[in-house]
Amino acid sequence: MRDKPCVEPGTQGRIPDAARRARGPCAVIECFEEIPCDPCHDACRRGAIRPFDDINHLPEVDFNRCNGCGACISVCPGLAIFVVDETWKDDLAVVRLPYEFLPLPSPGDTVAGLDRSGRECCAATVVRVEKAKRQDRTAVVWIEVPKPLSMEVRHIRVGGSAIGSREG
Amino acid sequence: MIGAGPAGLCAAIAARDMGARVTCVDSGDRPGGQLVKQTHKFFGSRAEFAGKRGIDIAGMLADRIRDDPMVEFMLDSTVIGFYDDGAIGIEHNDALTFLRGERIVCATGASERMLAFPGNDLPGVYGAGAVQTLMNVYGVRPGKAVLMVGAGNIGLIVSYQLLQAGVEVVAVVEAMPQVGGYDVHARKIQRVGVPILTSHTVKAVHGTRVVEGATVVALGSDFRPIPATEEYFHVDTVCLAVGLTPLADLLWQAGCKMAYVPELGGHVALRGEDYETSRRGIYVAGDLAGIEEASSAMIEGTIAGLSAAQSLGHEAPDFEERLATARAELAALRSGPKGQKVRLGIERLMRLGREVGVVA
Amino acid sequence: MTGARITVHPILEFKEGRKVRFTFDGQVLEGYEGEPIAAALHAAGVRVLGESPKLKRPRGFFCAIGNCSSCLMTVDGRPNVRVCTEKLREGMRVETQAGKGVLLAND
Repeated sequence: MRDKPCVEPGTQGRIPDAARRARGPCAVIECFEEIPCDPCHDACRRGAIRPFDDINHLPEVDFNRCNGCGACISVCPGLAIFVVDETWKDDLAVVRLPYEFLPLPSPGDTVAGLDRSGRECCAATVVRVEKAKRQDRTAVVWIEVPKPLSMEVRHIRVGGSAIGSREG
Repeated sequence: MIGAGPAGLCAAIAARDMGARVTCVDSGDRPGGQLVKQTHKFFGSRAEFAGKRGIDIAGMLADRIRDDPMVEFMLDSTVIGFYDDGAIGIEHNDALTFLRGERIVCATGASERMLAFPGNDLPGVYGAGAVQTLMNVYGVRPGKAVLMVGAGNIGLIVSYQLLQAGVEVVAVVEAMPQVGGYDVHARKIQRVGVPILTSHTVKAVHGTRVVEGATVVALGSDFRPIPATEEYFHVDTVCLAVGLTPLADLLWQAGCKMAYVPELGGHVALRGEDYETSRRGIYVAGDLAGIEEASSAMIEGTIAGLSAAQSLGHEAPDFEERLATARAELAALRSGPKGQKVRLGIERLMRLGREVGVVA
Repeated sequence: MTGARITVHPILEFKEGRKVRFTFDGQVLEGYEGEPIAAALHAAGVRVLGESPKLKRPRGFFCAIGNCSSCLMTVDGRPNVRVCTEKLREGMRVETQAGKGVLLAND
């Protein structure tokens, strides 16, 4: 049972389409199964994650309101929210992802960028690590990845990359 | 309150709020039950502490009643049985004491299921809850490489926690053709690189004195092993997360009418909407009332606590409102596709209850 | 097994109790006061806690919360102690138990 549509990329729903991503950072909520959960709505101060009529409904983002601030990333108990910024640099996008492992990487580190099945798909450079108290021990790691991989890389492995350091 | 886990603590809070005197008895050395090893952030809504970690929820619940003169905690204390004169026997430090409660809320939780396979008794074959206790409460890794059996929420969550503790998880095997737990929990371990092998089971665990390896086999649609699909994993630990069953010994001994409801995990007590069993004055809540999530256990505890206190004549201006809110939240938690099994189980339980007159 | 103790963890902090010494079948081991005996043994690399009464197969713990009785040992002469919940104290004498154990008469 997958109630409403909106799994397809668009300006509403969970997955922002290419046109929206080209306009600036935005949340990508990879939550595709109805479970009773709603903290992401409370986390968004811009009202971009719509209120839940039913706590089991899938989250729905208004990508015209979402500015990719990332306040929802560490709040999601499913660690299912990422922020993608394809306007970061010419050929590089930034992916911000939740991270609950040690050691934490440091800015400047080269790490392995992993896809949803844990396969290494690129070398990534860490640009920032957020670990404020309000995040309650869910760090948010910002990594630079090749732009075509912005919707593929969803995890990292610290300690360098087998694919080798990316140039630039 | 027998059991001071999420259900028992919430029952205690609710009953205290109504003006009842409460004693919480628990065999553990700290309140919180299984919450004390849940390091992940909880689902649900704000009322059930969504977004907070289980380990912190235990403290938050206990803090609400810890220093209340109306509430007494008896920890390291095991309830051993009900006596004919209405007293319950409690073992503490090898001594037996007796306590009489006008109402009793039983919230003893669950025990882990076993799975039959050669070598399942070897040291190193551990229940998922045991692995959590050892690792998250006492800071000891269960081993170096683990095979997880079961891809329900517990198997997925404990796999993630093993990775966080620096333990390798070689694979998660699941006999069903699909993952039983939440998709988001599965994704957390898949992106680290842990394979989830659905339609697979553990065929045997090998070792002379302790676990040294395990053989996994693929299952056909008839759940029979498919020949020549065996795969060997070099592991020192096999973790069983193949379900829970209500820890109902006390209810049996008390003579509560029980029913076998597979959707609720096994034998559960027939009970009314207020969670009172067929034995007047004995209430149930949490996993004992039917295997579910901690969030629903908390609400069931609240309903049982409110109802038990009210039946003693205690009153509170917000009683009706609190009860209605709790019922609505519980219904919402169960209303999604993942709640279907529990909904079916409760329907069956209530139907059986009506047949024997436990439910009006 | 070295390194069984978790020293750093992304979510948890472990406050170690006082270090105490105890014996396991005569061998001197160390653990932390107040932790379950089974945790101290496991951290010291001991997984086999006893044997099954009939077939003499090795036994370890299973549930770790005092429910299943897979971890019965003799502690300070007392048989059938569930070491998964029994707290470790300085100088404890922990022994593998053969058979079902014999209850001692009260002093």
